[in-house]
Amino acid sequence: MTTMRIAEPAVSALAVFTAALVATPVIAIVILAAQPAPEVWSHLIDYVLPLALRDTTLLLFGVGLVALGAGAGSAWLISLHDFPGRGLLLWLLPLPLAIPTYIAAYVYVDLFEPLGLIHRTLTLWLSPRDALALLPNLRSLPGAILIIGIVLYPYVYLSARATFQLQSAEFAEAARTLGASRWNVFRRISLPMARPALAVGLALVALETLNDIGASEYLGVRTLTVSIFTTWLNRGSLAGAAQLSCLVLVIVAGLIVLERYGRRNAVTEFSSESPRLTARTALGGIKGWLAFAACALPVLLGFIVPLLFLLYQSVHRSLLTIDAAIWRDAFNSVTFAALATLVALALGFATILATRWRPGGWRSLSASIAQMGYALPGLVLALGLLTPVLMIDNGLNTLAAGLGLSLPGLVLMGSGTAVVTAYVIRFLAVPTGFIRAGFERIPLDYDDSARSAGASEITSVKRIHLPLLRPALLGAAIVVFVDCLKELPATLLLRPLNVETLATSIYQYASRGSFEDGALAALLIVAASIGPVAWLTRFSDIPQGPA
Amino acid sequence: MSRIHILAAATAVASAITLNGAFAQSGEVNLYSYRESKLLQPLTDAFTKDTGIKVNVVSASSGLEQRMKAEGANSPADVLLTVDIGRIDEAVQAGVTQPIKSEVIDKIVPAQYRDPEGHWAGLSMRARVIYASKDRVKQDAITYEELADPKWKGKICIRSGQHIYNNALFAAYVAHHGEAKAEEWLRGVKANLAQKPSGGDRETARDVAAGKCDLGIGNTYYWALMMDKDPDKKPWAEATKVILPTFAGKGTHVNLSGLLLAKNAPNRANGIKLIEWLAGEHAQQIYADANYEYPIRAGVAINPTIAGYGKLNADTLPISKIAASRKAASTLVDKVGFDN
Repeated sequence: MTTMRIAEPAVSALAVFTAALVATPVIAIVILAAQPAPEVWSHLIDYVLPLALRDTTLLLFGVGLVALGAGAGSAWLISLHDFPGRGLLLWLLPLPLAIPTYIAAYVYVDLFEPLGLIHRTLTLWLSPRDALALLPNLRSLPGAILIIGIVLYPYVYLSARATFQLQSAEFAEAARTLGASRWNVFRRISLPMARPALAVGLALVALETLNDIGASEYLGVRTLTVSIFTTWLNRGSLAGAAQLSCLVLVIVAGLIVLERYGRRNAVTEFSSESPRLTARTALGGIKGWLAFAACALPVLLGFIVPLLFLLYQSVHRSLLTIDAAIWRDAFNSVTFAALATLVALALGFATILATRWRPGGWRSLSASIAQMGYALPGLVLALGLLTPVLMIDNGLNTLAAGLGLSLPGLVLMGSGTAVVTAYVIRFLAVPTGFIRAGFERIPLDYDDSARSAGASEITSVKRIHLPLLRPALLGAAIVVFVDCLKELPATLLLRPLNVETLATSIYQYASRGSFEDGALAALLIVAASIGPVAWLTRFSDIPQGPA
Repeated sequence: MSRIHILAAATAVASAITLNGAFAQSGEVNLYSYRESKLLQPLTDAFTKDTGIKVNVVSASSGLEQRMKAEGANSPADVLLTVDIGRIDEAVQAGVTQPIKSEVIDKIVPAQYRDPEGHWAGLSMRARVIYASKDRVKQDAITYEELADPKWKGKICIRSGQHIYNNALFAAYVAHHGEAKAEEWLRGVKANLAQKPSGGDRETARDVAAGKCDLGIGNTYYWALMMDKDPDKKPWAEATKVILPTFAGKGTHVNLSGLLLAKNAPNRANGIKLIEWLAGEHAQQIYADANYEYPIRAGVAINPTIAGYGKLNADTLPISKIAASRKAASTLVDKVGFDN
């Protein structure tokens, strides 16, 4: 048991370190916000806040509705019915997750702009002026709601699909026997039973919407997140930005409370002994095609159109010239993402391992804190990370000066450590969740047997846990890696000199009004994300036992 | 074990990035730029060729002076390059600059386009002008004041009133006419807008070309870049003509791309060298040709497309007066709900 004496405190220390790391930006934001910023506040209260609160609220509600309609609707259709093209749609429906919100915004604005593709097509039948009048203005709140909603709906779809599949057949069949219409079964039985899952999906949609800055800014919606950006960078008030960030954190906390409330009395009926899964109803003829159309529309808008547009622009532009910088940007993206993935996996593993060895108490608290990072919008995270990171950097320089060494410069900022740290904090919830679920499938008996056979703790980690956790680790690695590739706000603020990533270069192209030049970079991000999204959702039609 | 290999490779890559990064070395200069690094590359390459000094660039469209402020005493920044006077003003206000103290700059850059205390120097100029529909606009001269004339009702397109380019133009209006008159003017312009302010100057040209509006407000170089360098957007430029507007009885509003020396520049000498080199004839010629800007010094040829707009009669209002009115202009934009 000597190894346990070394391993256990070391792993516990790592778990505490992880929790501290995740808590740091929040604490820093609160400290920054404590500084008074009176002159900014009078401006914020008069002009910025009313609008930002209104637009943020409307955006959250609107995106939630779109995601609920597209996500829950398609999940219900595809889980409980058979119709033409179902197999293909099953595979395609989650794929909009591969399109970052900001890329969707750039694509749709380009498509619907005056003299753009849609406008020029319309002029085949209409006068240019009449065609112009038909174009919707996507640079608006409704535009933002539709565009963000149509790429985020898979969060609702995936969580709803799991429950619709597992709802036991008796309820629906009993209701049908009693004469309820299919619609009433959906409204009165399927939907309420799916509520907890929908709450989880919707909370993720809302958090992603709050995280977004690229799309909202481009579409001219001045959300709270966008206001944080402008208050700091255009009004020069870090304190004001931190105060707005606190407001965002309050909203985040509210969303989490709402999610918990939505999940209350989670229906457990379908985890009764061997529930009979609902047989799928075949929809023939026109009904079948309508179901196909209803499920195909979100895929078309959220995935196929953006993908085709990016392909077209990439080919169109690349034939003219290929910018060598893109490979350097891709290399930077991959490097940051790979490092962050490795660190996040290691810290996530340590956090959960600590609770397995000594359950409860502060180790469990550490694990809970470690999972909170996903709720921090990237911009707020970057803002909160900046001050502590620079304190360490400047401290190192002071130390070096005191020791008479040459000054190292800003080590953490300059090396990209700040970016990687931000990724780790923001996406740590993924490995923590995957590994926790993975560990739950490994009976504690295994650990005990290994111990009584004389194996050390480290041996059982190496020989039992890691091999059995391989699928969980691989899944977590893929999700974190792709999320890092897509991350924009924190990368934008924390990247070092001379370093652009794919995401930041797309953002810069778009903010100069020539997004087409960034199409190839956008295509690379989307292409890199398709595989993992498809892989992760590949089992979605196999009824799984209640987790 | 393969995991070890991955880790080793990742560490190697990380240190490669680090070495590439922001360390003060004798043969380097670190440039924080509001102009994207790719557009600067012809210049930075030429500088490295001339002097052997390597240029590291970080470019962003906002917040560089705030980043310098946050980085503090150990900031790697040597030189800050802005594309407008607002950012110049903000950097000086943020206290992240020091006087350049260069006789070369004092000799080359006209006094109007540099700070009396030496904190900044102009690198080049661009004018804020009108992109007018060739078909629907007959007149070839216009004043900024006239943009509030009800005869243009529903006919004007412009980007956000809070954007730095418009902020500088509106600040110049405040400086010329006072806040009350400026507010009345802004309300008039707002009433003439064809749509909510959005997009950038290129989109403004596009909207004029598409017939959404007759007059668009944009910078001189965007039109030229679309005309000469972007086949996809050439039709937008071709459907419009550039009119150099003036303040009534005065000149055309020009904005400056400016250079500032960072307060804690680790490579101060190289920073000054870069600033002086950028004001030199060679750099000014590259800049004028590649970026379609008006050179800051006499004796450098203006790009022919830009010259085709007609002779620029730049407003003589001191830059410091414009900078002093920026906050007022920004508040007015909010007050009249210009962007709503």
